[in-house]
Amino acid sequence: MKVLASIALNVFRESVRDKVLYNLVLFAVLLIGASYLLGQLTAGQDMKIIKDLGLSATSIFGLFIAVFIGIGLVWKEVERRSIYSLLAKPITRVDFILAKYAGLVLTLLVNLAVMAVALYAVLGAMTLLGPPSLVAALDAPPLDPRLLLAIGLIFVELALVTAVALFFSTFSSPILSAAFTFGLYIVGQFNADLKHFEQVVDSPAAAWLARALYYLLPNLAPFDIKALVVHGQPISAGYVLMTVSYGIVYIVFVLLAAALVFARRDFK
Amino acid sequence: MKQNGLLVAVVFVLLAGAAVGVEVVRDHVYGQPRPAESVLYVRSGEFLKRASLANASLLADVYWIRTIQYYGGTRRSRALGKRYDLLYPLLDIVTALDPKFTIAYRFGAVFLAEKYPGGPGRPDLSIALLEKGMRADPLKWQYEQDLGFVYYWWLHDYRKAAESFRRGGNVPGAPWWMRSLAAVTYGKGGDRQTSRLLWLQLYQTADNEWLRNNAQLRLAQLDALDQIDQLERIVAEWSRRTGAPPASWQTLVRAGWLRGEPRDPAGTPYVLDPRTGRVNVLPDSKLYPLPTEPGAWIPPPPS
Repeated sequence: MKVLASIALNVFRESVRDKVLYNLVLFAVLLIGASYLLGQLTAGQDMKIIKDLGLSATSIFGLFIAVFIGIGLVWKEVERRSIYSLLAKPITRVDFILAKYAGLVLTLLVNLAVMAVALYAVLGAMTLLGPPSLVAALDAPPLDPRLLLAIGLIFVELALVTAVALFFSTFSSPILSAAFTFGLYIVGQFNADLKHFEQVVDSPAAAWLARALYYLLPNLAPFDIKALVVHGQPISAGYVLMTVSYGIVYIVFVLLAAALVFARRDFK
Repeated sequence: MKQNGLLVAVVFVLLAGAAVGVEVVRDHVYGQPRPAESVLYVRSGEFLKRASLANASLLADVYWIRTIQYYGGTRRSRALGKRYDLLYPLLDIVTALDPKFTIAYRFGAVFLAEKYPGGPGRPDLSIALLEKGMRADPLKWQYEQDLGFVYYWWLHDYRKAAESFRRGGNVPGAPWWMRSLAAVTYGKGGDRQTSRLLWLQLYQTADNEWLRNNAQLRLAQLDALDQIDQLERIVAEWSRRTGAPPASWQTLVRAGWLRGEPRDPAGTPYVLDPRTGRVNVLPDSKLYPLPTEPGAWIPPPPS
Protein backbone atom coordinates (compact mmCIF):
# COMPACT_ATOMS: atom_id res chain seq x y z
CA MET A 1 0.00 0.00 0.00
CA LYS A 2 2.85 2.30 0.92
CA VAL A 3 4.54 1.61 -2.40
CA LEU A 4 1.32 2.35 -4.25
CA ALA A 5 0.94 5.66 -2.40
CA SER A 6 4.51 6.62 -3.19
CA ILE A 7 4.04 5.83 -6.91
CA ALA A 8 0.84 7.91 -6.95
CA LEU A 9 2.53 10.79 -5.12
CA ASN A 10 5.42 10.55 -7.52
CA VAL A 11 3.07 11.06 -10.47
CA PHE A 12 1.76 14.17 -8.76
CA ARG A 13 5.27 15.45 -7.98
CA GLU A 14 6.34 14.79 -11.54
CA SER A 15 3.44 16.82 -12.91
CA VAL A 16 4.44 19.66 -10.57
CA ARG A 17 8.04 19.37 -11.79
CA ASP A 18 6.74 19.40 -15.39
CA LYS A 19 5.11 22.75 -14.57
CA VAL A 20 1.62 21.40 -15.21
CA LEU A 21 0.28 23.56 -12.40
CA TYR A 22 1.28 26.64 -14.40
CA ASN A 23 -2.07 26.22 -16.11
CA LEU A 24 -3.60 27.49 -12.87
CA VAL A 25 -1.88 30.83 -13.34
CA LEU A 26 -3.23 30.98 -16.88
CA PHE A 27 -6.70 30.11 -15.58
CA ALA A 28 -6.57 32.85 -12.95
CA VAL A 29 -5.29 35.43 -15.43
CA LEU A 30 -8.01 34.43 -17.90
CA LEU A 31 -10.77 34.82 -15.32
CA ILE A 32 -9.52 38.06 -13.81
CA GLY A 33 -8.80 39.56 -17.23
CA ALA A 34 -12.19 38.51 -18.55
CA SER A 35 -14.03 39.87 -15.51
CA TYR A 36 -12.31 43.23 -16.07
CA LEU A 37 -12.94 43.40 -19.82
CA LEU A 38 -16.41 41.91 -20.03
CA GLY A 39 -18.15 44.81 -18.31
CA GLN A 40 -17.80 46.84 -21.49
CA LEU A 41 -18.92 44.13 -23.87
CA THR A 42 -21.70 41.98 -22.51
CA ALA A 43 -24.66 44.26 -21.67
CA GLY A 44 -24.91 43.07 -18.07
CA GLN A 45 -24.14 39.40 -18.64
CA ASP A 46 -20.70 39.49 -16.97
CA MET A 47 -21.51 37.05 -14.18
CA LYS A 48 -23.11 34.51 -16.47
CA ILE A 49 -20.17 34.70 -18.85
CA ILE A 50 -17.60 34.38 -16.05
CA LYS A 51 -19.43 31.29 -14.81
CA ASP A 52 -19.52 29.81 -18.32
CA LEU A 53 -15.89 30.71 -18.89
CA GLY A 54 -14.77 29.35 -15.51
CA LEU A 55 -16.58 26.03 -15.95
CA SER A 56 -15.55 25.57 -19.58
CA ALA A 57 -11.93 26.48 -18.84
CA THR A 58 -11.92 24.01 -15.95
CA SER A 59 -13.19 21.32 -18.28
CA ILE A 60 -10.83 22.15 -21.18
CA PHE A 61 -7.67 22.60 -19.08
CA GLY A 62 -8.50 19.41 -17.19
CA LEU A 63 -9.01 17.55 -20.48
CA PHE A 64 -5.58 18.55 -21.73
CA ILE A 65 -3.94 17.54 -18.44
CA ALA A 66 -5.81 14.22 -18.41
CA VAL A 67 -4.90 13.38 -21.99
CA PHE A 68 -1.35 14.66 -22.25
CA ILE A 69 -0.17 13.32 -18.92
CA GLY A 70 -2.33 10.20 -19.08
CA ILE A 71 -0.87 9.04 -22.39
CA GLY A 72 2.68 9.19 -21.03
CA LEU A 73 2.09 7.55 -17.68
CA VAL A 74 3.08 4.03 -18.67
CA TRP A 75 4.92 4.82 -21.88
CA LYS A 76 7.47 7.04 -20.09
CA GLU A 77 8.36 4.29 -17.64
CA VAL A 78 8.87 1.83 -20.48
CA GLU A 79 10.84 4.31 -22.56
CA ARG A 80 13.16 5.21 -19.66
CA ARG A 81 13.45 1.53 -18.73
CA SER A 82 12.49 2.46 -15.16
CA ILE A 83 9.63 -0.03 -15.48
CA TYR A 84 12.11 -2.85 -14.75
CA SER A 85 13.16 -1.50 -11.37
CA LEU A 86 9.55 -0.66 -10.52
CA LEU A 87 8.24 -4.11 -11.33
CA ALA A 88 11.08 -5.67 -9.41
CA LYS A 89 9.53 -4.21 -6.27
CA PRO A 90 6.80 -6.13 -4.42
CA ILE A 91 3.91 -4.73 -6.45
CA THR A 92 1.76 -6.33 -9.10
CA ARG A 93 1.24 -4.80 -12.53
CA VAL A 94 -2.39 -4.11 -11.62
CA ASP A 95 -1.22 -2.17 -8.55
CA PHE A 96 1.18 -0.22 -10.75
CA ILE A 97 -1.63 0.81 -13.12
CA LEU A 98 -3.89 1.76 -10.22
CA ALA A 99 -1.17 3.81 -8.54
CA LYS A 100 -0.36 5.68 -11.74
CA TYR A 101 -4.03 6.39 -12.26
CA ALA A 102 -4.49 7.57 -8.67
CA GLY A 103 -1.54 9.94 -9.04
CA LEU A 104 -2.97 11.62 -12.10
CA VAL A 105 -6.44 11.81 -10.60
CA LEU A 106 -4.86 13.49 -7.57
CA THR A 107 -3.22 16.03 -9.91
CA LEU A 108 -6.57 16.70 -11.53
CA LEU A 109 -8.28 16.99 -8.16
CA VAL A 110 -5.77 19.59 -6.94
CA ASN A 111 -6.13 21.50 -10.22
CA LEU A 112 -9.90 21.53 -10.14
CA ALA A 113 -9.99 22.48 -6.46
CA VAL A 114 -7.73 25.50 -7.06
CA MET A 115 -9.74 26.47 -10.15
CA ALA A 116 -12.98 26.26 -8.16
CA VAL A 117 -11.51 28.52 -5.46
CA ALA A 118 -10.32 30.99 -8.13
CA LEU A 119 -13.74 30.99 -9.81
CA TYR A 120 -15.55 31.65 -6.53
CA ALA A 121 -13.01 34.37 -5.65
CA VAL A 122 -13.58 36.20 -8.95
CA LEU A 123 -17.37 35.85 -8.66
CA GLY A 124 -17.20 37.08 -5.05
CA ALA A 125 -15.11 40.09 -6.07
CA MET A 126 -17.52 40.91 -8.91
CA THR A 127 -20.48 40.69 -6.53
CA LEU A 128 -18.81 43.02 -4.05
CA LEU A 129 -17.36 45.53 -6.49
CA GLY A 130 -19.84 45.40 -9.37
CA PRO A 131 -23.17 47.22 -9.69
CA PRO A 132 -26.25 45.51 -8.16
CA SER A 133 -27.71 45.08 -11.67
CA LEU A 134 -25.04 42.41 -12.32
CA VAL A 135 -26.57 40.18 -9.69
CA ALA A 136 -30.15 41.09 -10.62
CA ALA A 137 -29.62 39.83 -14.18
CA LEU A 138 -28.65 36.34 -12.99
CA ASP A 139 -30.83 33.25 -13.07
CA ALA A 140 -28.86 31.76 -10.16
CA PRO A 141 -27.04 33.28 -7.14
CA PRO A 142 -23.54 34.56 -7.98
CA LEU A 143 -21.85 32.29 -5.44
CA ASP A 144 -24.14 29.37 -6.21
CA PRO A 145 -22.89 26.26 -4.35
CA ARG A 146 -24.25 24.18 -7.24
CA LEU A 147 -21.25 25.31 -9.28
CA LEU A 148 -19.42 22.68 -7.23
CA LEU A 149 -21.86 20.09 -8.56
CA ALA A 150 -20.93 21.01 -12.14
CA ILE A 151 -17.22 20.92 -11.25
CA GLY A 152 -17.75 17.58 -9.49
CA LEU A 153 -19.22 16.04 -12.64
CA ILE A 154 -16.41 17.56 -14.73
CA PHE A 155 -13.99 15.82 -12.34
CA VAL A 156 -15.68 12.44 -12.80
CA GLU A 157 -15.69 12.94 -16.58
CA LEU A 158 -11.98 13.81 -16.54
CA ALA A 159 -11.26 10.80 -14.33
CA LEU A 160 -12.93 8.68 -17.00
CA VAL A 161 -10.91 10.32 -19.77
CA THR A 162 -7.75 9.74 -17.70
CA ALA A 163 -8.60 6.05 -17.45
CA VAL A 164 -9.07 5.89 -21.22
CA ALA A 165 -5.75 7.68 -21.82
CA LEU A 166 -4.01 5.32 -19.40
CA PHE A 167 -5.56 2.33 -21.14
CA PHE A 168 -4.13 3.41 -24.49
CA SER A 169 -0.82 4.25 -22.81
CA THR A 170 -0.40 0.60 -21.81
CA PHE A 171 0.07 -0.57 -25.40
CA SER A 172 0.42 2.40 -27.74
CA SER A 173 2.73 5.32 -28.48
CA PRO A 174 1.87 8.76 -26.99
CA ILE A 175 0.80 10.26 -30.33
CA LEU A 176 -1.56 7.42 -31.13
CA SER A 177 -2.83 7.33 -27.54
CA ALA A 178 -3.60 11.06 -27.70
CA ALA A 179 -5.42 10.62 -31.01
CA PHE A 180 -7.44 7.68 -29.69
CA THR A 181 -8.31 9.43 -26.43
CA PHE A 182 -9.37 12.67 -28.09
CA GLY A 183 -11.31 10.59 -30.61
CA LEU A 184 -13.16 8.77 -27.87
CA TYR A 185 -13.78 12.06 -26.06
CA ILE A 186 -15.42 13.50 -29.19
CA VAL A 187 -17.39 10.32 -29.81
CA GLY A 188 -18.47 10.43 -26.16
CA GLN A 189 -20.09 13.82 -26.72
CA PHE A 190 -22.25 12.51 -29.59
CA ASN A 191 -22.84 9.03 -28.24
CA ALA A 192 -26.57 9.60 -27.76
CA ASP A 193 -27.02 9.76 -31.55
CA LEU A 194 -26.08 6.09 -31.79
CA LYS A 195 -28.98 5.04 -29.60
CA HIS A 196 -31.56 6.16 -32.12
CA PHE A 197 -29.66 5.07 -35.21
CA GLU A 198 -32.57 2.91 -36.37
CA GLN A 199 -34.39 6.13 -37.24
CA VAL A 200 -31.83 6.92 -39.97
CA VAL A 201 -30.92 3.44 -41.27
CA ASP A 202 -33.10 0.63 -42.57
CA SER A 203 -30.72 -2.19 -41.75
CA PRO A 204 -31.60 -3.83 -38.39
CA ALA A 205 -28.02 -5.14 -38.13
CA ALA A 206 -26.55 -1.63 -38.44
CA ALA A 207 -29.06 -0.32 -35.90
CA TRP A 208 -28.18 -3.15 -33.54
CA LEU A 209 -24.45 -2.46 -33.96
CA ALA A 210 -24.99 1.25 -33.32
CA ARG A 211 -26.95 0.48 -30.17
CA ALA A 212 -24.21 -1.89 -29.00
CA LEU A 213 -21.63 0.87 -29.57
CA TYR A 214 -23.83 3.29 -27.64
CA TYR A 215 -23.53 1.09 -24.58
CA LEU A 216 -19.89 0.17 -25.15
CA LEU A 217 -18.39 3.60 -25.86
CA PRO A 218 -18.20 6.20 -23.08
CA ASN A 219 -21.22 8.50 -22.95
CA LEU A 220 -19.81 11.83 -21.79
CA ALA A 221 -22.65 14.23 -22.61
CA PRO A 222 -24.57 13.55 -19.36
CA PHE A 223 -21.60 14.87 -17.35
CA ASP A 224 -22.19 18.34 -18.81
CA ILE A 225 -24.57 20.20 -16.52
CA LYS A 226 -22.79 23.55 -16.84
CA ALA A 227 -25.62 25.36 -18.61
CA LEU A 228 -28.23 23.98 -16.20
CA VAL A 229 -26.26 25.21 -13.21
CA VAL A 230 -25.54 28.64 -14.70
CA HIS A 231 -29.24 29.13 -15.51
CA GLY A 232 -30.38 27.87 -12.11
CA GLN A 233 -32.31 24.98 -13.64
CA PRO A 234 -33.25 22.04 -11.41
CA ILE A 235 -30.96 18.98 -11.41
CA SER A 236 -32.20 15.98 -9.48
CA ALA A 237 -29.96 14.20 -6.99
CA GLY A 238 -30.93 10.93 -8.68
CA TYR A 239 -29.56 12.14 -12.02
CA VAL A 240 -26.26 13.19 -10.47
CA LEU A 241 -26.00 9.93 -8.54
CA MET A 242 -26.69 7.82 -11.63
CA THR A 243 -24.21 9.80 -13.72
CA VAL A 244 -21.47 9.50 -11.09
CA SER A 245 -22.24 5.78 -10.72
CA TYR A 246 -21.97 5.35 -14.50
CA GLY A 247 -18.62 7.17 -14.43
CA ILE A 248 -17.25 5.00 -11.63
CA VAL A 249 -18.39 1.74 -13.22
CA TYR A 250 -16.93 2.76 -16.58
CA ILE A 251 -13.64 3.81 -14.98
CA VAL A 252 -13.34 0.45 -13.22
CA PHE A 253 -14.10 -1.28 -16.53
CA VAL A 254 -11.43 0.68 -18.43
CA LEU A 255 -8.83 0.30 -15.66
CA LEU A 256 -9.46 -3.41 -15.59
CA ALA A 257 -8.93 -3.55 -19.35
CA ALA A 258 -5.74 -1.49 -18.95
CA ALA A 259 -4.50 -3.81 -16.21
CA LEU A 260 -5.24 -6.89 -18.32
CA VAL A 261 -3.38 -5.50 -21.33
CA PHE A 262 -0.48 -4.35 -19.16
CA ALA A 263 -0.30 -7.68 -17.34
CA ARG A 264 0.12 -9.51 -20.65
CA ARG A 265 2.76 -7.15 -22.00
CA ASP A 266 6.24 -8.47 -22.51
CA PHE A 267 8.98 -5.92 -21.74
CA LYS A 268 11.92 -8.02 -22.95
CA MET B 1 28.13 36.84 -18.17
CA LYS B 2 26.20 39.49 -16.31
CA GLN B 3 27.15 42.07 -18.95
CA ASN B 4 25.91 39.75 -21.70
CA GLY B 5 22.54 39.46 -19.97
CA LEU B 6 22.30 43.24 -19.72
CA LEU B 7 23.22 43.61 -23.37
CA VAL B 8 20.55 41.10 -24.41
CA ALA B 9 17.97 42.95 -22.28
CA VAL B 10 18.90 46.30 -23.88
CA VAL B 11 18.77 44.83 -27.40
CA PHE B 12 15.42 43.21 -26.57
CA VAL B 13 13.94 46.54 -25.38
CA LEU B 14 15.37 48.39 -28.37
CA LEU B 15 13.95 45.88 -30.86
CA ALA B 16 10.52 45.94 -29.20
CA GLY B 17 10.58 49.75 -29.30
CA ALA B 18 11.70 49.74 -32.92
CA ALA B 19 8.82 47.41 -33.88
CA VAL B 20 6.33 49.78 -32.29
CA GLY B 21 8.01 52.78 -33.91
CA VAL B 22 7.99 51.26 -37.40
CA GLU B 23 4.31 50.36 -37.01
CA VAL B 24 3.41 53.89 -35.91
CA VAL B 25 5.26 55.38 -38.90
CA ARG B 26 3.67 52.89 -41.33
CA ASP B 27 0.16 53.64 -39.99
CA HIS B 28 0.88 57.36 -40.23
CA VAL B 29 2.11 57.17 -43.82
CA TYR B 30 -0.17 54.49 -45.28
CA GLY B 31 -3.16 54.80 -42.96
CA GLN B 32 -4.64 52.32 -40.51
CA PRO B 33 -5.77 48.96 -41.88
CA ARG B 34 -9.52 49.01 -42.47
CA PRO B 35 -11.48 46.68 -40.19
CA ALA B 36 -12.94 43.69 -41.98
CA GLU B 37 -16.61 43.80 -42.95
CA SER B 38 -18.87 41.85 -40.63
CA VAL B 39 -19.34 38.38 -42.03
CA LEU B 40 -21.04 35.38 -40.47
CA TYR B 41 -19.25 32.34 -41.86
CA VAL B 42 -21.30 29.74 -40.00
CA ARG B 43 -25.02 30.38 -39.69
CA SER B 44 -26.20 27.10 -38.22
CA GLY B 45 -26.53 27.29 -34.46
CA GLU B 46 -27.15 23.53 -34.30
CA PHE B 47 -23.86 22.83 -36.09
CA LEU B 48 -21.98 25.20 -33.77
CA LYS B 49 -23.60 23.56 -30.77
CA ARG B 50 -22.29 20.17 -31.78
CA ALA B 51 -18.90 21.53 -32.78
CA SER B 52 -18.49 23.22 -29.41
CA LEU B 53 -18.14 19.85 -27.65
CA ALA B 54 -20.01 20.57 -24.42
CA ASN B 55 -19.02 24.23 -24.42
CA ALA B 56 -22.10 25.58 -26.21
CA SER B 57 -22.88 27.99 -23.41
CA LEU B 58 -19.45 29.61 -23.66
CA LEU B 59 -19.74 29.81 -27.44
CA ALA B 60 -23.16 31.45 -26.99
CA ASP B 61 -21.43 34.08 -24.84
CA VAL B 62 -18.89 34.72 -27.59
CA TYR B 63 -21.67 35.20 -30.15
CA TRP B 64 -23.58 37.36 -27.66
CA ILE B 65 -20.61 39.71 -27.33
CA ARG B 66 -20.38 39.79 -31.11
CA THR B 67 -24.10 40.62 -31.32
CA ILE B 68 -23.73 43.54 -28.92
CA GLN B 69 -20.72 44.86 -30.81
CA TYR B 70 -22.45 44.42 -34.16
CA TYR B 71 -25.65 46.16 -33.12
CA GLY B 72 -23.88 48.93 -31.19
CA GLY B 73 -21.39 49.51 -34.00
CA THR B 74 -24.05 49.62 -36.71
CA ARG B 75 -26.34 51.85 -34.69
CA ARG B 76 -23.57 54.33 -33.98
CA SER B 77 -22.31 54.24 -37.55
CA ARG B 78 -23.00 57.35 -39.60
CA ALA B 79 -22.56 55.43 -42.87
CA LEU B 80 -25.30 55.93 -45.41
CA GLY B 81 -27.29 52.80 -46.16
CA LYS B 82 -26.06 50.97 -43.07
CA ARG B 83 -27.75 47.62 -42.59
CA TYR B 84 -28.54 45.25 -39.72
CA ASP B 85 -28.55 42.08 -41.82
CA LEU B 86 -26.61 40.01 -39.31
CA LEU B 87 -28.59 40.96 -36.20
CA TYR B 88 -31.21 38.22 -36.45
CA PRO B 89 -28.81 35.45 -37.59
CA LEU B 90 -26.50 36.31 -34.67
CA LEU B 91 -29.33 36.22 -32.14
CA ASP B 92 -30.60 33.00 -33.69
CA ILE B 93 -27.18 31.42 -33.17
CA VAL B 94 -26.91 32.70 -29.59
CA THR B 95 -30.30 31.24 -28.68
CA ALA B 96 -29.62 27.95 -30.48
CA LEU B 97 -26.39 27.54 -28.52
CA ASP B 98 -27.98 28.53 -25.23
CA PRO B 99 -31.79 28.27 -25.40
CA LYS B 100 -32.11 29.74 -21.88
CA PHE B 101 -30.23 32.95 -22.73
CA THR B 102 -33.12 35.19 -21.69
CA ILE B 103 -31.52 38.53 -22.44
CA ALA B 104 -30.81 37.51 -26.05
CA TYR B 105 -34.53 36.99 -26.73
CA ARG B 106 -35.51 40.19 -24.93
CA PHE B 107 -32.78 42.24 -26.57
CA GLY B 108 -33.79 40.89 -29.94
CA ALA B 109 -37.45 41.60 -29.30
CA VAL B 110 -36.73 45.26 -28.67
CA PHE B 111 -34.02 46.02 -31.18
CA LEU B 112 -35.07 43.86 -34.15
CA ALA B 113 -38.38 45.70 -34.23
CA GLU B 114 -36.78 49.13 -33.82
CA LYS B 115 -37.35 51.30 -36.87
CA TYR B 116 -34.50 52.21 -39.18
CA PRO B 117 -31.97 53.78 -38.54
CA GLY B 118 -32.10 52.61 -34.90
CA GLY B 119 -32.70 49.02 -35.97
CA PRO B 120 -33.73 46.89 -38.93
CA GLY B 121 -37.46 47.55 -38.40
CA ARG B 122 -38.38 43.85 -38.47
CA PRO B 123 -41.09 43.18 -35.85
CA ASP B 124 -41.78 39.86 -37.61
CA LEU B 125 -38.28 38.69 -36.63
CA SER B 126 -38.82 39.93 -33.07
CA ILE B 127 -41.93 37.80 -32.90
CA ALA B 128 -40.13 34.77 -34.37
CA LEU B 129 -37.34 35.09 -31.80
CA LEU B 130 -39.75 35.48 -28.89
CA GLU B 131 -41.79 32.49 -30.01
CA LYS B 132 -38.56 30.48 -30.08
CA GLY B 133 -37.89 31.65 -26.52
CA MET B 134 -41.37 30.60 -25.41
CA ARG B 135 -40.83 27.13 -26.84
CA ALA B 136 -37.52 26.90 -24.93
CA ASP B 137 -38.96 28.23 -21.67
CA PRO B 138 -42.76 28.40 -21.49
CA LEU B 139 -42.62 29.72 -17.92
CA LYS B 140 -40.91 33.00 -18.86
CA TRP B 141 -43.82 35.43 -18.71
CA GLN B 142 -41.42 38.20 -19.77
CA TYR B 143 -41.46 36.85 -23.33
CA GLU B 144 -45.24 37.34 -23.49
CA GLN B 145 -44.76 40.85 -22.11
CA ASP B 146 -42.23 41.59 -24.86
CA LEU B 147 -44.44 39.99 -27.51
CA GLY B 148 -47.35 42.15 -26.38
CA PHE B 149 -45.07 45.12 -26.68
CA VAL B 150 -44.10 44.34 -30.23
CA TYR B 151 -47.77 44.01 -31.23
CA TYR B 152 -48.71 47.14 -29.32
CA TRP B 153 -45.87 49.50 -30.13
CA TRP B 154 -44.70 48.49 -33.59
CA LEU B 155 -47.66 46.71 -35.21
CA HIS B 156 -50.47 48.61 -33.43
CA ASP B 157 -52.36 45.33 -33.14
CA TYR B 158 -53.92 45.97 -29.74
CA ARG B 159 -56.03 42.83 -29.71
CA LYS B 160 -52.99 40.57 -30.16
CA ALA B 161 -51.05 42.68 -27.67
CA ALA B 162 -53.76 42.22 -25.07
CA GLU B 163 -53.86 38.48 -25.75
CA SER B 164 -50.12 38.25 -25.16
CA PHE B 165 -50.38 40.17 -21.89
CA ARG B 166 -53.26 37.93 -20.82
CA ARG B 167 -51.32 34.73 -21.65
CA GLY B 168 -48.30 36.12 -19.80
CA GLY B 169 -50.48 36.96 -16.81
CA ASN B 170 -51.64 33.35 -16.66
CA VAL B 171 -48.09 31.99 -16.41
CA PRO B 172 -47.40 30.84 -12.84
CA GLY B 173 -45.31 33.44 -11.04
CA ALA B 174 -46.23 36.31 -13.39
CA PRO B 175 -46.85 39.65 -11.65
CA TRP B 176 -50.42 40.85 -11.13
CA TRP B 177 -50.00 43.86 -13.40
CA MET B 178 -49.70 41.70 -16.51
CA ARG B 179 -53.45 41.06 -16.30
CA SER B 180 -54.03 44.78 -15.72
CA LEU B 181 -52.00 45.50 -18.86
CA ALA B 182 -54.19 43.07 -20.79
CA ALA B 183 -57.36 44.79 -19.56
CA VAL B 184 -56.04 48.30 -20.26
CA THR B 185 -54.83 47.30 -23.72
CA TYR B 186 -58.20 45.72 -24.57
CA GLY B 187 -60.00 48.86 -23.39
CA LYS B 188 -57.71 51.69 -24.47
CA GLY B 189 -55.35 50.27 -27.09
CA GLY B 190 -53.35 53.02 -28.77
CA ASP B 191 -53.91 55.47 -25.97
CA ARG B 192 -50.72 57.35 -25.07
CA GLN B 193 -51.33 56.89 -21.37
CA THR B 194 -51.48 53.13 -21.90
CA SER B 195 -48.20 53.28 -23.80
CA ARG B 196 -46.69 55.15 -20.89
CA LEU B 197 -47.91 52.50 -18.48
CA LEU B 198 -46.39 49.73 -20.63
CA TRP B 199 -42.99 51.37 -20.91
CA LEU B 200 -42.98 52.27 -17.24
CA GLN B 201 -43.57 48.63 -16.31
CA LEU B 202 -40.77 47.57 -18.64
CA TYR B 203 -38.46 50.22 -17.24
CA GLN B 204 -39.15 49.15 -13.67
CA THR B 205 -38.82 45.41 -14.32
CA ALA B 206 -35.94 45.39 -16.85
CA ASP B 207 -32.99 43.42 -15.51
CA ASN B 208 -30.68 44.79 -18.16
CA GLU B 209 -29.28 48.25 -18.68
CA TRP B 210 -29.84 48.27 -22.46
CA LEU B 211 -33.53 47.43 -22.02
CA ARG B 212 -33.88 49.95 -19.19
CA ASN B 213 -32.22 52.69 -21.23
CA ASN B 214 -34.46 51.89 -24.17
CA ALA B 215 -37.58 52.10 -21.98
CA GLN B 216 -36.32 55.40 -20.58
CA LEU B 217 -35.90 56.72 -24.13
CA ARG B 218 -39.47 55.67 -25.00
CA LEU B 219 -40.82 57.40 -21.90
CA ALA B 220 -38.95 60.55 -22.89
CA GLN B 221 -40.43 60.27 -26.39
CA LEU B 222 -43.92 60.04 -24.90
CA ASP B 223 -43.18 63.15 -22.81
CA ALA B 224 -42.02 64.84 -26.03
CA LEU B 225 -45.28 63.90 -27.74
CA ASP B 226 -47.23 65.49 -24.87
CA GLN B 227 -45.12 68.64 -25.12
CA ILE B 228 -45.53 68.73 -28.89
CA ASP B 229 -49.32 68.56 -28.48
CA GLN B 230 -49.12 71.48 -26.07
CA LEU B 231 -46.87 73.50 -28.40
CA GLU B 232 -49.07 72.79 -31.42
CA ARG B 233 -52.09 74.06 -29.47
CA ILE B 234 -50.19 77.31 -28.81
CA VAL B 235 -49.17 77.56 -32.47
CA ALA B 236 -52.77 76.86 -33.56
CA GLU B 237 -54.07 79.58 -31.24
CA TRP B 238 -51.47 82.02 -32.67
CA SER B 239 -52.54 81.08 -36.20
CA ARG B 240 -56.21 81.57 -35.31
CA ARG B 241 -55.48 85.04 -33.94
CA THR B 242 -52.98 86.26 -36.55
CA GLY B 243 -54.14 84.31 -39.58
CA ALA B 244 -50.78 82.51 -40.11
CA PRO B 245 -48.46 80.23 -38.11
CA PRO B 246 -45.50 81.95 -36.39
CA ALA B 247 -42.35 82.19 -38.52
CA SER B 248 -40.21 80.81 -35.70
CA TRP B 249 -40.18 80.21 -31.97
CA GLN B 250 -38.67 83.69 -31.54
CA THR B 251 -41.98 85.21 -32.75
CA LEU B 252 -43.81 83.50 -29.87
CA VAL B 253 -41.03 84.32 -27.37
CA ARG B 254 -41.06 88.03 -28.32
CA ALA B 255 -44.83 88.07 -28.01
CA GLY B 256 -44.51 86.61 -24.51
CA TRP B 257 -46.36 83.39 -25.43
CA LEU B 258 -43.29 81.29 -24.61
CA ARG B 259 -40.51 81.92 -22.07
CA GLY B 260 -37.81 80.70 -24.44
CA GLU B 261 -37.04 78.35 -27.29
CA PRO B 262 -38.75 75.08 -26.30
CA ARG B 263 -36.50 72.04 -25.94
CA ASP B 264 -37.34 68.36 -25.94
CA PRO B 265 -36.62 66.15 -22.88
CA ALA B 266 -33.20 65.32 -24.39
CA GLY B 267 -32.32 69.04 -24.45
CA THR B 268 -32.50 69.60 -28.22
CA PRO B 269 -34.72 72.47 -29.50
CA TYR B 270 -38.01 71.48 -31.11
CA VAL B 271 -38.41 72.27 -34.79
CA LEU B 272 -41.41 74.27 -36.01
CA ASP B 273 -42.69 74.02 -39.59
CA PRO B 274 -43.79 77.64 -40.30
CA ARG B 275 -45.93 76.52 -43.26
CA THR B 276 -48.10 74.00 -41.46
CA GLY B 277 -47.57 74.90 -37.81
CA ARG B 278 -46.54 71.32 -37.01
CA VAL B 279 -43.89 70.67 -34.35
CA ASN B 280 -41.42 67.80 -34.06
CA VAL B 281 -38.04 66.85 -32.63
CA LEU B 282 -34.96 67.64 -34.67
CA PRO B 283 -33.21 64.79 -36.48
CA ASP B 284 -30.19 65.58 -34.24
CA SER B 285 -32.17 64.81 -31.10
CA LYS B 286 -31.64 61.55 -29.21
CA LEU B 287 -35.41 61.16 -29.38
CA TYR B 288 -35.55 61.16 -33.18
CA PRO B 289 -37.56 59.60 -34.76
CA LEU B 290 -40.61 59.82 -32.52
CA PRO B 291 -42.99 56.85 -32.54
CA THR B 292 -45.50 57.05 -35.34
CA GLU B 293 -48.90 58.31 -34.35
CA PRO B 294 -51.71 58.96 -36.80
CA GLY B 295 -51.00 62.19 -38.60
CA ALA B 296 -47.57 62.80 -37.07
CA TRP B 297 -45.21 64.97 -39.09
CA ILE B 298 -41.79 63.35 -39.41
CA PRO B 299 -38.96 65.64 -40.48
CA PRO B 300 -36.60 64.09 -43.04
CA PRO B 301 -33.57 62.21 -41.67
CA PRO B 302 -30.18 63.96 -41.80
CA SER B 303 -28.53 63.52 -45.19
